[in-house]
Amino acid sequence: MSGGGIVLRVDALQLQRGDRVILGGVSLEVSRGELVAIMGPSGSGKTTILRAVAGLERFQAGQIDVDGVRLAGGVDTPRPTLRELRRKVGMVFQFHCLFEHLSAIENVCLAPVHAHGVAPAAARERGLELLGAFGVDHRATALPRQLSGGEAQRVAIARALAVDPPLLLMDEPTASLDPERRAELGALLQGLQRQGRTLIVSTHDEDFAQDFATRILRLRDGLVA
Amino acid sequence: MSPPSLVRILPELRRGRAAIVLGFVALLGAGPATTGHYPLGIGSATIVAQPRVLRWAGDPEGGAPFVEADPSHPDRVVGFDVEIAALLAGGVGRTPEFLNITFTSIDQSIARGDAEVGLSGIEDTPARRATMAVTLPYYEFREVLSVRDADAPRLLSLADLRGKTVGTLAGTIAHEILLRAEREHGLRVVSYEDDVHPYSDLVIGRVDAVLLDNVLAERRHRVMTGFTIQPQTVAIGHYVGVLGPQNGALRDSFNEVLRGAMRDGRLERILRTWSVWNDDQPKLYERLLAGVPVPAVTGFDTSGSVATVSKWEAARRYFPSLLQASMVTIVLSCLSMALAVAIGVLIATGRVYGGPIARVALTAYVELIRGTPILLQLFVLYYGLASAIRLPAFVAALLGLALNYAAYESEIYRSALEAIPTGQLEAARTLGLSERQVLTLVRAPQAFRLALAPMTNDFVALLKDSSLVSVLTVLELTKQTQIFATNLGSWVIPGTLCAGLYLAMSLPLATLARRLELRWRTIPQ
Repeated sequence: MSGGGIVLRVDALQLQRGDRVILGGVSLEVSRGELVAIMGPSGSGKTTILRAVAGLERFQAGQIDVDGVRLAGGVDTPRPTLRELRRKVGMVFQFHCLFEHLSAIENVCLAPVHAHGVAPAAARERGLELLGAFGVDHRATALPRQLSGGEAQRVAIARALAVDPPLLLMDEPTASLDPERRAELGALLQGLQRQGRTLIVSTHDEDFAQDFATRILRLRDGLVA
Repeated sequence: MSPPSLVRILPELRRGRAAIVLGFVALLGAGPATTGHYPLGIGSATIVAQPRVLRWAGDPEGGAPFVEADPSHPDRVVGFDVEIAALLAGGVGRTPEFLNITFTSIDQSIARGDAEVGLSGIEDTPARRATMAVTLPYYEFREVLSVRDADAPRLLSLADLRGKTVGTLAGTIAHEILLRAEREHGLRVVSYEDDVHPYSDLVIGRVDAVLLDNVLAERRHRVMTGFTIQPQTVAIGHYVGVLGPQNGALRDSFNEVLRGAMRDGRLERILRTWSVWNDDQPKLYERLLAGVPVPAVTGFDTSGSVATVSKWEAARRYFPSLLQASMVTIVLSCLSMALAVAIGVLIATGRVYGGPIARVALTAYVELIRGTPILLQLFVLYYGLASAIRLPAFVAALLGLALNYAAYESEIYRSALEAIPTGQLEAARTLGLSERQVLTLVRAPQAFRLALAPMTNDFVALLKDSSLVSVLTVLELTKQTQIFATNLGSWVIPGTLCAGLYLAMSLPLATLARRLELRWRTIPQ
């Protein structure tokens, strides 16, 4: 572990949909500056943990603390808490989920301008910097449908980082990448980790996790193995 | 007096649009000719046994005393035109067979051979004389002015109506008289599709006067109070039977039958039965029997009628009014669509984001509107609610179209909103956008692009549906074309011009929409 302090603490998280138990009491801690890989077979609850931490899933019991923001089980999270949470957690989805009607740079600038009140010119400058850091600044004006899978993923990471969250979640980032792109992504994530960011990555990819993660958590049947 | 309810007036509508009202598609079987009662057959099976039938066309919406469904036996028609049809048929050794045709379509129906003669209070006009074979006139009527009781002492003639609004039936002699008076006396003409609403609107103050023939005015006066029929005659006209231009021989036979009935009093008996006999008729019959030519219209110069000039000259004269009516159509359509889009967005948003009560209420609204005819909605809005809220015709038309189309638009927007992938919405939320921002910055802009093509279709449909508002007296392109065609006695040139104008309005719109669609296409290829 590098850096200090706990950024994420999940305590006895239970989540079920109908009768089906997805998470049966997961507990875990992630410290600042870690790059944690969550691994496990399909249906083990990897994505669900990330979604719960990002405030996208209601859970029945347990609690989640993200850098001082607490989500409790069994109740709807109040809006002010959710707003605070969004400043702490960024998420990159498996299928990128870029806004199809906006160009790459507009995707990146949307939240800083509208959710955080950054001046458009400053947001654009910072957005181009981020796109440049990931090698896609030449695609700034392209629409999502004009981007390759790897480019779209980088734009999605830039979009999540544009609001500068202490914790970045990535769901199956290697799923659609060839080996070369996968290594590039690994290096990119390591670079972010070295800058002091905390990253949690769900993946099926054992080699990727072994090569790039600072720690691997394994999930089986809704519990940390 | 409050205007008659829709349900009550529908059976009375004379010369009205058939679409909304009872559709008696009926054939007249054999019956006791002397009483004027004829059973309506369901099919022609009972009639083929009759050796020779005379198919005659009339419109039971016209009501008594012309042609109406017998109140005590709704499967029969009665009226003086029914009895005159029996008289003519009997005179040429045939059995009358009734064919239900919308009043405004009788000429065209006769011309294409659906029936041999039309009888339904049909006016003798220069246009009919020029394009059809018309019988001798069998009734002389007077165009009379009706005004509210309080106005009776000062509104005596057309010249007194400067700045006033005057209602009449579209495509009639009275309409032509008023169009000229519009230029000469500065009054404003409102044309109706039936002869009931001009009088109900007169009483409630939507119009200041009504010009129609004395038969219609007196009939309405018997059941409605609050207006006075002025004694001065504005013009004199006649009812005739109308036949196809190739049917001159049959027309001549009918004329012989009519002359015989004028001489021996049979025609008088029929007209007395229906309380429309007056001193004008013997004088008319005297002139006809003496062979004195009777002009189509007296008291109004019809030499300027479009029926008397070449068709191209008529088109040239009418084109400016068609253009003006196109403006009404395009303005009404654009405003209605804008309002429909705004209301549709609110409904769709309410259905996607609202609570259970809002969702049920909005769904009920959408289903109610989609499940009932727009014509009925327009009637209810304009006439049905008149006792509670008296909307101007244009406003009622605008609201009627907008409220109707809003229901359809809302379904388009709802499905478009629901088509935006959940992942994008979640991504927007994790970025810190509020629900409102997710809607306005992410979901709605993409949904709008998806909705654009069906919206364009709807706008083109609305352009054409706007023709329905003529039932609320709004003179738009189709109505103006219909008036043109009636006065000209042909649909070819008016129809072509009308189609051209509609295309000129809808094609650029479709092209624009296609371009926007290409530019804004958001679905991954």
